[in-house]
Amino acid sequence: MLEEKTVDSHGLDVRIIPTEKYKTTTLVLQIKTTLQRKTAAARALLASVLQSATDTHRSRKSIRRYLDELYGSSLHADVQRKGEHHVISVKMEIANENFIKNAPPLFQESVFFLQQVLENPYLPDGTFDEQVINEEKRALIQRIQSIYDDKMRYANKRLIEHMCSGEPFSVHPYGEAEDVEHLTAQDLMNEYRRMLAGDDMCLYILGNVTTDEAQKAVSVFSVSPHPQDSSISPETQEKKQTEEKEVLETDDIQQGKLHLGYRTPVTFADEQFSAMQVMNGMFGGFPNSKLFINVREKESMAYYAASRYESQKGIILVMAGIEPGDYEKASTIIKQQMEDIRGGLFTDEDLEQTKTMLKNQLLETMDHPRGLIELYYQQRMAQHRRPFENWLKQIEDVNREDVTDCAARTVLDTAYFLRNEEDHT
Amino acid sequence: MSETLTFEQVQETVHKEVLPNGLTVLVIPKQDFQKTFAVFTTNYGSIDNRFVPIGKNEPVNVPDGIAHFLEHKMFEDEKGDVFQTFGEQGASANAFTSFTKTAYLFSSTQEVDKNLTTLLDFVQHPYFTDESVEKEKGIIGQEIRMYDDNPDWQLFFHLLSSLYHHHPVKIDIAGTVDSIQQISKEDLYTCYETFYHPGNMILCVAGNADPAHTIELVKQNQEQKTFKEPEPVERVVEDEPAEAVQRVSTVPMSVNTPKCMVGYKIPVPDKEGKALLRYELTIEILLETLFGAGSDVYESLYREGLIDDSFSSEFMLERSFSFAAFGGDTNDPDALADRIIQAVEDAKSTGINENQIEVVRRKKIGSFLKQLNSPEFLANQYTEYAFFGLYLFDVIPLLEEITMEEIQALLPELFQEHNRAVSRITKKQEQSS
Repeated sequence: MLEEKTVDSHGLDVRIIPTEKYKTTTLVLQIKTTLQRKTAAARALLASVLQSATDTHRSRKSIRRYLDELYGSSLHADVQRKGEHHVISVKMEIANENFIKNAPPLFQESVFFLQQVLENPYLPDGTFDEQVINEEKRALIQRIQSIYDDKMRYANKRLIEHMCSGEPFSVHPYGEAEDVEHLTAQDLMNEYRRMLAGDDMCLYILGNVTTDEAQKAVSVFSVSPHPQDSSISPETQEKKQTEEKEVLETDDIQQGKLHLGYRTPVTFADEQFSAMQVMNGMFGGFPNSKLFINVREKESMAYYAASRYESQKGIILVMAGIEPGDYEKASTIIKQQMEDIRGGLFTDEDLEQTKTMLKNQLLETMDHPRGLIELYYQQRMAQHRRPFENWLKQIEDVNREDVTDCAARTVLDTAYFLRNEEDHT
Repeated sequence: MSETLTFEQVQETVHKEVLPNGLTVLVIPKQDFQKTFAVFTTNYGSIDNRFVPIGKNEPVNVPDGIAHFLEHKMFEDEKGDVFQTFGEQGASANAFTSFTKTAYLFSSTQEVDKNLTTLLDFVQHPYFTDESVEKEKGIIGQEIRMYDDNPDWQLFFHLLSSLYHHHPVKIDIAGTVDSIQQISKEDLYTCYETFYHPGNMILCVAGNADPAHTIELVKQNQEQKTFKEPEPVERVVEDEPAEAVQRVSTVPMSVNTPKCMVGYKIPVPDKEGKALLRYELTIEILLETLFGAGSDVYESLYREGLIDDSFSSEFMLERSFSFAAFGGDTNDPDALADRIIQAVEDAKSTGINENQIEVVRRKKIGSFLKQLNSPEFLANQYTEYAFFGLYLFDVIPLLEEITMEEIQALLPELFQEHNRAVSRITKKQEQSS
């Protein structure tokens, strides 16, 4: 299995995963701070602006041509919500020159370019270019508004807004359209300075690169080291369980979107983490899960019925696309599946199968360059190392009681249903 | 008949054997990978709705969406659901149906031999009952409803129905809620018997696999089964006029951002082998040069606020159809359509920039290398090409060879007014108020 190593640099935390497995080199720069409404929009816009103009390449087109000339190197900056953190990810993927006739060295050049994106943006009058800001504002607002057009994403966003209202987690990583609208060049500059001075940054390098080569390449960065704990562990408020919430909304659509949010105190760093993974896998993680079998196969009520465990936050999200008239029936069946796990109504084969599937999923994720980086970053974020051998072993060791315990600690918080108006009965 | 093909530049090796029953087996070993990915594909998809059934003389029409329906039903047999078996063996399994293919696949990091056997056995064992066919209609009905609400899918299929008069490419792959009601278990058997003969299929395994062992395993598995003598599949495809059906289609939906796509129906070229691949890659370079993120057109459309990064171009070349399409989210579908058409016309009259082509060539080479990191891409794409008698790894040398003149020469013939259509998704909220 591939191992990450720390590269000695002056400031930036650099991790390298040397391997000859791929035909490319992958760079991922993670820039993390706490998730808050007042900075989310600015940081989302900042990610777009930084990848649109550097001091040497002052337009999107100039950057794109430069990258294309570097044999289709890709650059992609975006923002994500990871638990109650806001993470700007700048990703590059570069062809390995060994596979190309007469190609120049591409790795060093790409790292240098990444440094330019982060530390040397185009600042014509000491601040970001108005035109670039306005273009990226428009694109970002359009992206925010388009969430509504993908009904599965939209229902998921609405569920989280209702369920986690008042918590940082309810903030969408893109921010709100109105917040983006009001941002000025000065706001962006302030956020940029604050980010450079205070955010936790980490660069991952994965590919056929030696520690020496990596060390030499990353010496171009001048960001200073930041104490790692500047933004860790925002209080995962263990919300007092009140009544289950039910939210019904309408839209002009054919299929009803049923999304359920459960809470659990178990997160990545927890001892029970692997047991919770198994519990979720058995509930709705795989095609042999309870949701798939009972909602889809037995009742023919849905094409998809699945659940996802957000381990940085401690929630489980269920989603199913159903006939609007089936709302009550589908909700009852879904809730019953969790009850059944709590009550131990599953076979030893179900348990073993889920564990096998989960181990397979983990091993498969390691085959993907960005998947592997994500697995390492997850550990770094939670400040909890879980070497892959141990992780696999922990999954293996999960028993029946661990699973029923986890289910008992998983409580329904909010049921959200989006449906058309006509069929209302 | 076994062969080993080595591709020096990309450092990949492909092991190939065609078995006596006609099945083609391909193994692409990838060092250091945990997973093995296998895909078992038949050269049969949603467009094959009129054909002469095996052993018969007259062509039949089958209900829309049947290839996809059949894909769903293959996962069940007398003993139950094959997902269960894959689950026990730690594999993640799936399937998909496209216009021209139906593919069954799994990936796993353990018990690969068992999983491979399961894959071969379930795809080669049809078992349909009236009851199970009826039950599936509810599930697929919901799948269709999901696509009914998906504006990108609607944009795409409305473009195809504006381009094509008769060709079944204009029909949604899953059919409609009504058309699937007509499907019977007899229809499923007819399609199965005709299109799932080993001679019409390819098995491709990529990733952590020993070629000799894998091929031997498949061989032994196939020797235990009997199949009819292979017969060439006789598909009936109606002649398709060169002209598009209509210039514009508009569908209001519940969206915040409208969408627009411009498409050109392209005649299928009379080429095969390397020449066909060369033709396809030439068009891909051309489209990237015209509309890629590094193009002048992309930059000005972005600056003017007519596109965002959802804008893309697509070229499809299949057994009996071919088209190109450009578009994405936009706040002004009419203006975007006009600008795309104008950009195509400008390129026809003034030609394209040679420097830009060199940049695009490099980009395509690098992007291709990136895709080779994925066993899924390797197996699926190698299979696609193999059905055409093409070799995936010829892509890089061809990309290096294609000339400016070839690219330039294609421009006028591909994009004309009569073979063009525009599809638009507009905001429903605005329409009603």
